Amino acid sequence: MLELRNISLLFPEFSLKDVNLSIHEGEYYVILGLSGAGKSLLLECIAGMQQPNTGQVFLDGEDITRKKIQDRNVGYVFQNHAVFPHLNVFNNIAYSLRHKFPKEIIRQKVIKAAELVSIDHLLDRQPNTLSGGESQRVALARTLIRDPKCLLLDEPFSSLDVQLRDDLRALLRKLNRMGRTIIHVTHDYEEAISLAQKIAVFQDGKLIQQGDPFEVFANPVSEFVARFRGIRNFFKSKMISHNQTIIKNVIPLDIPIQEKISEGFIMFNSTDVKISKEKPTGKISNLFKGQITDIIPNFKGNEISIASEINLTSFIDHPELKILQLKIGDEVWASINPERIKFLPII
Amino acid sequence: MVRTDSFSLVLSLLGAIILLFIIAPLAGLLLDTPLAKIFETTQDEQVVNSIWLTLSASFGGTLFCAVFAIPLAYVLARNEFTGKRFVLGIIDLPIVIPHSAAGIAVLGFISRDSVFGQMASNIGLDFVGHPFGISMAMAFVSIPFLINAARDGFSSIPIRLEQAAKNLGANSVRVFFTISLPLAWRYILSGFIMMFARGLSEFGAVVIVAYHPMITPVLIYERYTSFGLKYARPVAILFILVCLVFFIALRFLVQNKSRQNQKKYLIKK
Repeated sequence: MLELRNISLLFPEFSLKDVNLSIHEGEYYVILGLSGAGKSLLLECIAGMQQPNTGQVFLDGEDITRKKIQDRNVGYVFQNHAVFPHLNVFNNIAYSLRHKFPKEIIRQKVIKAAELVSIDHLLDRQPNTLSGGESQRVALARTLIRDPKCLLLDEPFSSLDVQLRDDLRALLRKLNRMGRTIIHVTHDYEEAISLAQKIAVFQDGKLIQQGDPFEVFANPVSEFVARFRGIRNFFKSKMISHNQTIIKNVIPLDIPIQEKISEGFIMFNSTDVKISKEKPTGKISNLFKGQITDIIPNFKGNEISIASEINLTSFIDHPELKILQLKIGDEVWASINPERIKFLPII
Repeated sequence: MVRTDSFSLVLSLLGAIILLFIIAPLAGLLLDTPLAKIFETTQDEQVVNSIWLTLSASFGGTLFCAVFAIPLAYVLARNEFTGKRFVLGIIDLPIVIPHSAAGIAVLGFISRDSVFGQMASNIGLDFVGHPFGISMAMAFVSIPFLINAARDGFSSIPIRLEQAAKNLGANSVRVFFTISLPLAWRYILSGFIMMFARGLSEFGAVVIVAYHPMITPVLIYERYTSFGLKYARPVAILFILVCLVFFIALRFLVQNKSRQNQKKYLIKK
């Protein structure tokens, strides 16, 4: 339905490089990346606000790369909503219908669109009296009333509190179930995973991984993607036998037995990095001596950064931290059970 | 009791001197003129005609120029191009050149010796000594106020709003008339008032282009040089009062609209 072929957009300080994407009808597609990764620029290329230096944009098989913004029929909901401040809610929603339909038809369509996003009680209000969530629904209704071929959402959750996020998530799922193709840009992993049928991860203007969200995050191709999932221990490695790999060419690590010997990445959860002040006795695999460089508490426990031959991150709960009496600067022993390590070969 | 530090006191005193500098001559003008004399002046046909001429010449010139100045302001606000700074410099030129020199320049442009003057003459229009010539002289010295205010107005509109309108299917013309112009109107109206006001007060440029028919600033000058201060004063007071009524009314219109919006916001909150 929507296809981007070799899109490049060059600026003096930033570039989008050779982006290829294919989005099918009715799909909920999430583009995930940090702020400044070029996600919004990509949406602007689709909507026509930016002209790519190279590459083409196809919508339903038609090349729309050079088409004017107003002739594309893709709906764009901006991050700051861009609700027209001089028009009330009704007139904002009716904007695209003026001079095209009789007044009564416009009224019916506006009410229907407003009901869909639950703002039918706000139609007489001025935009400066709306909350962030209400203003966003106005922008959404205003876009949906045109029945665009696909809906582009730029960080739609950024200005909403937790309650409103849940409501909007439900609304977006509902719209998608109604057959609406949605392309949603975000920097939030949980937001992405909760909505996406397909996902693309962006880094520094490049699309580094795309596909089914479960596949992408189960098999990240870089530390960047792994970090989105909250995996702090992610290293490039090279296998030297069927059950041993080396990191940085010298540091050996035992892993579960693999079929093929290859290069790839290893990753393990922070909860699988066990730490102790005394050196563990007996035969322990993957044992490292290091120093605690940081302890970051949160409501579940504590994230502990350890500087060692490789930089490790461990996670322990609050009672355990009390028992171990750990503090920054302490020397500790960290071990990782080989069975808890996942090896991802580079394909 | 609010404590005032000595520095604030010094600043206030210095500011008060400037306020006095503005108020004193105007108050002197008003106090030195008997009310009966001002009333008598309102019956003076020459004065009344000159005030109407001044108001209509300035308003007409402002209105006519707005048709061209507003699009120029929009182009300047929304586009970057080579030579833009040069164009901006040209727009500010009438403010910095002496107004008698501006009058000479306008006269050279509209006199029968010029191409433009000859073309106008061919259709039976002679700008020199004509209200149109007066309008041109007034507009020449005051147009920067309108262009700059409108440009500030258009620049203040987030480009996202115009893009959002296009994304909703509106073409550039519709975006201009339904988004850009309504959102910049307060700036434009403010610039319109400034240009109109500046045109009303113009003397130097107008007196060179057209001594007759007499606009009020020229009439005040003529009454002063021919009959003295006593005869010029009531005309000056009457003109000041008329100008004040106009500006207060126009300012009120602009501010009233914004207050209404603010009130709506406060009630709904």
